Amino acid sequence: MVKEAPKIASHLRPILESVPDPEIPVLTILDLGMIREAKEIDGEVYIKLTPTYSGCPATDVIGDDIRTAFEKENMKAHVELVLTPPWTTNWISEEGKIKMRDYGIAPPLSESADKLALLEGEKVVPCTLCGSTNTHMVSQFGSTPCKALFKCEDCYEPFDYFKCLI
Amino acid sequence: MNNQALYNYILGVTDNSLILAQRLGELCGHGPSLETDIAITNISLDLLGQCRSYYQYAAKIKGGDTTEDSIAMLRTEREYVNVLLVEQPNEHFGFVIARQFLFDVFHLLQMQELQNSKDETLASIAAKNIKETLYHRRFSSDWVKRLGDGTEQSHAKMQEAIDALWRYTNELFEITEDDQKMIDAGIGVDVSKFKETYYKQVAEVLEEATLKVPENKYFQTGGKKGIHTEHLGYLLTDLQYMQRTYPNMKW
Repeated sequence: MVKEAPKIASHLRPILESVPDPEIPVLTILDLGMIREAKEIDGEVYIKLTPTYSGCPATDVIGDDIRTAFEKENMKAHVELVLTPPWTTNWISEEGKIKMRDYGIAPPLSESADKLALLEGEKVVPCTLCGSTNTHMVSQFGSTPCKALFKCEDCYEPFDYFKCLI
Repeated sequence: MNNQALYNYILGVTDNSLILAQRLGELCGHGPSLETDIAITNISLDLLGQCRSYYQYAAKIKGGDTTEDSIAMLRTEREYVNVLLVEQPNEHFGFVIARQFLFDVFHLLQMQELQNSKDETLASIAAKNIKETLYHRRFSSDWVKRLGDGTEQSHAKMQEAIDALWRYTNELFEITEDDQKMIDAGIGVDVSKFKETYYKQVAEVLEEATLKVPENKYFQTGGKKGIHTEHLGYLLTDLQYMQRTYPNMKW
């Protein structure tokens, strides 16, 4: 998969950084890599937004939140939904992954480790509370389609794991 | 470009997901366990999200006052062209899993082909769908194995469901006139190309699940022409209730 760097005008970045993901509010939409392009033409802002999952109800909310954030700066924002290239968990920033873990969601592992965890039942996903990898998958789908439900066998903490989407 | 054929082709691909999403949605709060309940409604949500992309595109092609909502909510029963498999009722959990599995294997193969479509919009929606459909197929295959190779009772129920739904599998590979036009244009997927692969992949999982591959030769069809089993009407009553009762209502 081509990893295309998003084209985001630097002066628009701080405004986009103020828009959180409605489901995981510690992450911004920039952390998640959902903004593929942001530019200003003649005082109006044009944003290309890519959904994480097709059915994610947060996508519509995020579009509204972006428009509102720019309205506050007296700017009109046009949000366009783009599907190509499709979103991948590789676009989540390193900082985003750390914030995610601190929030209690295990961030996506590498593709190979992810397969071991989800398909082979290998104990590789570290518990977000105690760090032990003595964990097992309870369900392939967690509280949202992007997450799987895990449980730590050492400290018994149940936690979400953000599934790898390549 | 034949717009009507393209429109019909898109519905042929998407109605399957819409009707299956609605069926799965019925289990919200009624799944056999919390985890399966959540998983099934998540799959439903994925499918519904996929539909939106296709219907938005279809609405653009159709033009006029057609919207994604009017396509999804306001057609009559005969205008839905989903395959009969996806409209079959939930019966018991074995049926839910068998129906899902028999569809997921097809759906993934279909999307893998559709991502090479000459139509860029369809190709990009398909590429996005593949990632999600992989998880669905994984989920349903796991459960087929778990139930098939489980207790005597779960095995019997899983076999019962596979046997009952088998007659609807052949229809997945039917090609309508409009499908053929789109295949010729390099836009649509020639589903007959992977029919053998489909039955092979299904058989592999069934064998691993210690289930028998049904041998019946009788297959039922009709959905793609709008001739449905009695179950679809009831499903649509539920699906369309809000829009019919309060026309043009929005959240």
